[in-house]
Amino acid sequence: MAAAADHAKPAPPLKDELDIVIPTIRNLDFLEMWRPFFEPYHLIIVQDGDPSKTIKVPEGFDYELYNRNDINKMLGPKASCISFKDSACRCFGYMVSKKKYVYTIDDDCFVANDPSGKSINALEQHIKNLLAPSTPFFFNTLYDPFADGADFVRGYPFSLREGVPTAVSHGLWLNIPDYDAPTQLVKPLERNQRYVDAVMTIPKGTLFPMCGMNLAFDRELIGPAMYFGLMGDGQPIGRYDDMWAGWCVKVICDHLGLGVKTGLPYIWHSKASNPFVNLRKEYKGIFWQEEIIPFFQSATLPKDCTTVQKCYIELSKQVKEKLSKVDPYFDKLADAMVTWIEAWDELNPPKPLLKLSNGTAK
Amino acid sequence: MSRATIKDNEVDIVIGALRSDLTSFLNGWRSVFSQFHLIIVKDPDLKEELKIPDGFNLTVYTKTDIDQIVGSTALSFSGYSCRYFGFLVSKRKYIISIDDDCFPAKDNKGIFVDAMAQHIENLTTPATPFFFNTLYDPYREGADFVRGYPFSLRNGVDCALSCGLWLNLADLDAPTQALKPGLRNNHYVDAVLTVPRTTLMPVSGINIAFDREALGPALFPALKLAGEGKVRWETMEDIWCGMCVKVVCDHLGLGVKSGIPYVWRKDRGNAVESLKKEWEGVKLMEEIVPFFQSLSLSRTAATAEECVVEMATTVKQHLGTAHPVFGRAADSMVEWVRVWKAVGSKSS
Repeated sequence: MAAAADHAKPAPPLKDELDIVIPTIRNLDFLEMWRPFFEPYHLIIVQDGDPSKTIKVPEGFDYELYNRNDINKMLGPKASCISFKDSACRCFGYMVSKKKYVYTIDDDCFVANDPSGKSINALEQHIKNLLAPSTPFFFNTLYDPFADGADFVRGYPFSLREGVPTAVSHGLWLNIPDYDAPTQLVKPLERNQRYVDAVMTIPKGTLFPMCGMNLAFDRELIGPAMYFGLMGDGQPIGRYDDMWAGWCVKVICDHLGLGVKTGLPYIWHSKASNPFVNLRKEYKGIFWQEEIIPFFQSATLPKDCTTVQKCYIELSKQVKEKLSKVDPYFDKLADAMVTWIEAWDELNPPKPLLKLSNGTAK
Repeated sequence: MSRATIKDNEVDIVIGALRSDLTSFLNGWRSVFSQFHLIIVKDPDLKEELKIPDGFNLTVYTKTDIDQIVGSTALSFSGYSCRYFGFLVSKRKYIISIDDDCFPAKDNKGIFVDAMAQHIENLTTPATPFFFNTLYDPYREGADFVRGYPFSLRNGVDCALSCGLWLNLADLDAPTQALKPGLRNNHYVDAVLTVPRTTLMPVSGINIAFDREALGPALFPALKLAGEGKVRWETMEDIWCGMCVKVVCDHLGLGVKSGIPYVWRKDRGNAVESLKKEWEGVKLMEEIVPFFQSLSLSRTAATAEECVVEMATTVKQHLGTAHPVFGRAADSMVEWVRVWKAVGSKSS
């Protein structure tokens, strides 16, 4: 018995509580490299583009796959809020997931090595990040105080050391960095070779560019705010899906007292997308951003917005009111935000109350 | 990105000498210090003569000098506060200050870190307080602004304060170190980042650099604990100072960076012994934080001096009534500005 126990591996953390959501239009070959880390988990594949194409999932993975036909069937007219021909469609995966946690990764992201040469289990690090509290109210100069070998520094108020629940874990990328098109054009050869061994909480009141390439979140805490907007086919903009979600998420997290972390883990980003194609997609966003950012920086939510859905609907109203004048696109986007919440609530009805034998609802 | 080159004669390195024998300290830093002018301020409470090795360009100030130059004042330059006298008399644009129990650290590749060069790099490249860059300092070699970072914010603002970190003995408070006596920081995090606007942080005086012209008298240890001692665990002076400075920087549109460079901090002191004294500071912090988080300065406060004076008034009104220690802090801030104007505001 003792011998067997010695060889027993600990169960993969949150094995039955986490879904991995992957958008793809090409293939899922990249999963082979992730197999040691991903195989125990359930995958949700969101197939973008031509639904008649068959996407082969490597043997041994437990998964569900949705193409455009499935999305249209499941959501009916509400499917209009899910982007087509853009990885923004991944948020459909968040909606149909039944798990507490979601990890999403792009199909051109591979396992990176840390400076010692060891393979990085990105999923494991994201889980650590999500399960440890965040500290948004005061900056700890030694970064995540809950990491091994770290702690709160002198002067950090004791009343703030409990932290708040972590809603989002934003990972980074070695090799091809997540630059916008203009920067890519100016620095086509720049590679991110700097391994920064830290995780930190993004302070309350501060916005950031949230990249969807290597991202994990607590679906129960923030899921409905993770709408990746209207991008791709028929839309005037692309490559702002995750950005839009990130700004909404941060405003709502700040309002609800939830934390957002950034830093480790790193993945290896292998594919540099075409900067000219990117420029055409991003072009309008680069200008619109200048209006969008001040909007989010000054957005406030009323006290009675106590759930993510309420916060999100309220934000959509403010988007319609204040950003429609920038471009009619925002009017459409505000409507899509509402449609998203309606679809989310339909697919994720509140759990029924349990009645105890003495008739009291639990 | 090209960075501004600054001449060595624009920098003063200020060392507060809390121990008399500075031989190993200065020799340890020789290769990095020797090109700069040093201001050494001897702790007025230190009885022994300072032992300083040859080969440095330095000016030493003792209690006599302090008394003579500052004149009659209620301000105390005892202990860690002695370095601020160095800030006062400096005539240079940039000041770098490290504790006398710190030595050069090695980075992850085993190469000694030139902490002076990194502080200067931090101060002479812009800070980005209005939006968080997920690749940290975009002005570092091999980094840039990421997708989604607004273009209008990419010019950044001047960086006025650079807060470095510590390997080996980190700057932890006494309760934490007492609870984890073996905890040593072996974690070299290769990043420097701007601490966002409106976010407060504990500014440790152990390893800092700042733009003296921009911040002037904003750095002053106005809050003195009753039993303030000669180990960092027994002071809060830099923490108070740091809160004031961050509010001033946020108000004036200046940046504060935190991260590299690291210094290697020698083991010393007994955390358990310090617990008694430290506790007072820890309790006071709980009052200070909500105050500073909600503090906003008027539009007319356009210089560091004006900010400090206005802050002092608000401190006295809102905190001074609850605790006399805050009333004294407010008085010290006002007195410091007076002394600064009389002695320190002249720059060559």
